[in-house]
Amino acid sequence: MKYACLVYLETDKLHAVKDTECAACGDGFRSRGLLVAAEALQPVETATTVRVRNGRVTVTDGPFAETKEQLAGFYLIEAADLNEAIQIASKIPPAREGSVEVRPVRQLEV
Amino acid sequence: MADHIQETVDAVYTAESRRVLATLIRLLGDFDAAEEAMHDAFRAALEQWPRDGVPANPRAWLVSTGRFKAIDAKRRLARFDALDDTADGPELGTVDPEAWTDRDSVEDDRLRLIFTCCHPALAPDAQIPLTLREVCGLTTEEIARTFLVAAPAMAQRIVRAKGKIRDARIPYRVPEAPELPERLDAALRVIYLVFNEGYTASSGAAVTRYDLSSEAIRLGRLLVDLLPEPEAMGLLGLMLLHESRRAARADAAGDLVLLEDQDRSLWDRASIAEGTALVGRALASRRFGPYTVQGAIAACHAAAREAAATDWDDIVRLYDALLRMEPSPVIALNRAVAVAMRDGPAEGLAIVDDILARGELRDYRLAHAARGEFCRRLGRSAEARSAFERALALAKQEPERRFLERRIRDLGLGIRD
Repeated sequence: MKYACLVYLETDKLHAVKDTECAACGDGFRSRGLLVAAEALQPVETATTVRVRNGRVTVTDGPFAETKEQLAGFYLIEAADLNEAIQIASKIPPAREGSVEVRPVRQLEV
Repeated sequence: MADHIQETVDAVYTAESRRVLATLIRLLGDFDAAEEAMHDAFRAALEQWPRDGVPANPRAWLVSTGRFKAIDAKRRLARFDALDDTADGPELGTVDPEAWTDRDSVEDDRLRLIFTCCHPALAPDAQIPLTLREVCGLTTEEIARTFLVAAPAMAQRIVRAKGKIRDARIPYRVPEAPELPERLDAALRVIYLVFNEGYTASSGAAVTRYDLSSEAIRLGRLLVDLLPEPEAMGLLGLMLLHESRRAARADAAGDLVLLEDQDRSLWDRASIAEGTALVGRALASRRFGPYTVQGAIAACHAAAREAAATDWDDIVRLYDALLRMEPSPVIALNRAVAVAMRDGPAEGLAIVDDILARGELRDYRLAHAARGEFCRRLGRSAEARSAFERALALAKQEPERRFLERRIRDLGLGIRD
């Protein structure tokens, strides 16, 4: 089963963990066959929100909600169950500085 | 004959339904399907046992009947849904029927169920109801009444928790060694919260509530049987020692009786013996935690035939150990009470005032009640009165309110008015 591990950090902690450490973590997951994809994200100021209402596309600056923590990156992992996913997520370095939200991936019903 | 079978089925339900459910959850991988399968199996028992006789191993019969009923139901569904090719999971098809119901795997299933219901990924306010429902077999209505929540709201909490178990795939597994201590703590916390909810019913009149303390003790016994970890023994010991005082804790009018004023001949000696032995075993392991230390404190009280014989020196030392394990203002407050008993109320008052000065426990009724008691013993009546009044404003439980009102009344004579 796939889980998205969404990394949240407060703005002043976005660079609290070195990129080299995050890259090494991703490489470690990949070599053990646990990783589907992982990316770090540009800070939230670069975000654009897109909505379609009544067929019209509206575009606004920034994310929908003002929150203290922002989405800083994500790992898409493969794990047998939530316990295994939690163990993997606890190895993600920014878990020390911010938080990692573990969300099961939903199969589209098609 | 039919009555006799009905009685047998009822008895088997009481003794085995939780085990049957736990095993069906493992075999079917789904709480709701397992529950339905279990009820189908008991329905089938009521039909078939009068005709065919009671099977030699009713539990095995119920598990395999429930399992076949569930597979049937799934096949019927699959017929309507041609795309569904998952009607038979590997677990359903290949497991040896004997292996489903031998004692070890069945008891493992009960342990799996406890750890799943107490999984820290579930909302705390859902862990207790889920445990009471799935492990103890309480109905949603009983649980809702106990926690003074409307039944539909409680049902929704339980449904949401089961949904998360399914969708986030919380495994039906006993945690492995590296995660066991933390997960055991979570399970013990749930059991102790259930116990406390029954023991000190946080609001309302005490007697109307489901007997949660006995339920918690039963859970504690089950856990110790299945997983004899020291801290699980310590918690069971602690609960038994508290429970041993039940008959002495309230007088005939339902009013609270303080530990020092209790009629110790009402204490249940069998519970004390069992609880003390469990705490002793846990202490001897040298791998114990805070529940065991609290159990040791309760055992000290239980060992004193009269209040004056209490070894307060030992109790203060145990509180010191507890405070090192778990620095918390509530434990510091309890330690203050023990210090007051050993060294006098002035020493206790100094500690409580220190805690309050740090801004901790300002809204905790028992901090003000303890302050009131120390002041009363020191003859500082006006201060005692205002502390008791503060405690009364914060207290919700009826017997406790009456106790505080009595204290205020006794102090009030001739001082204010």
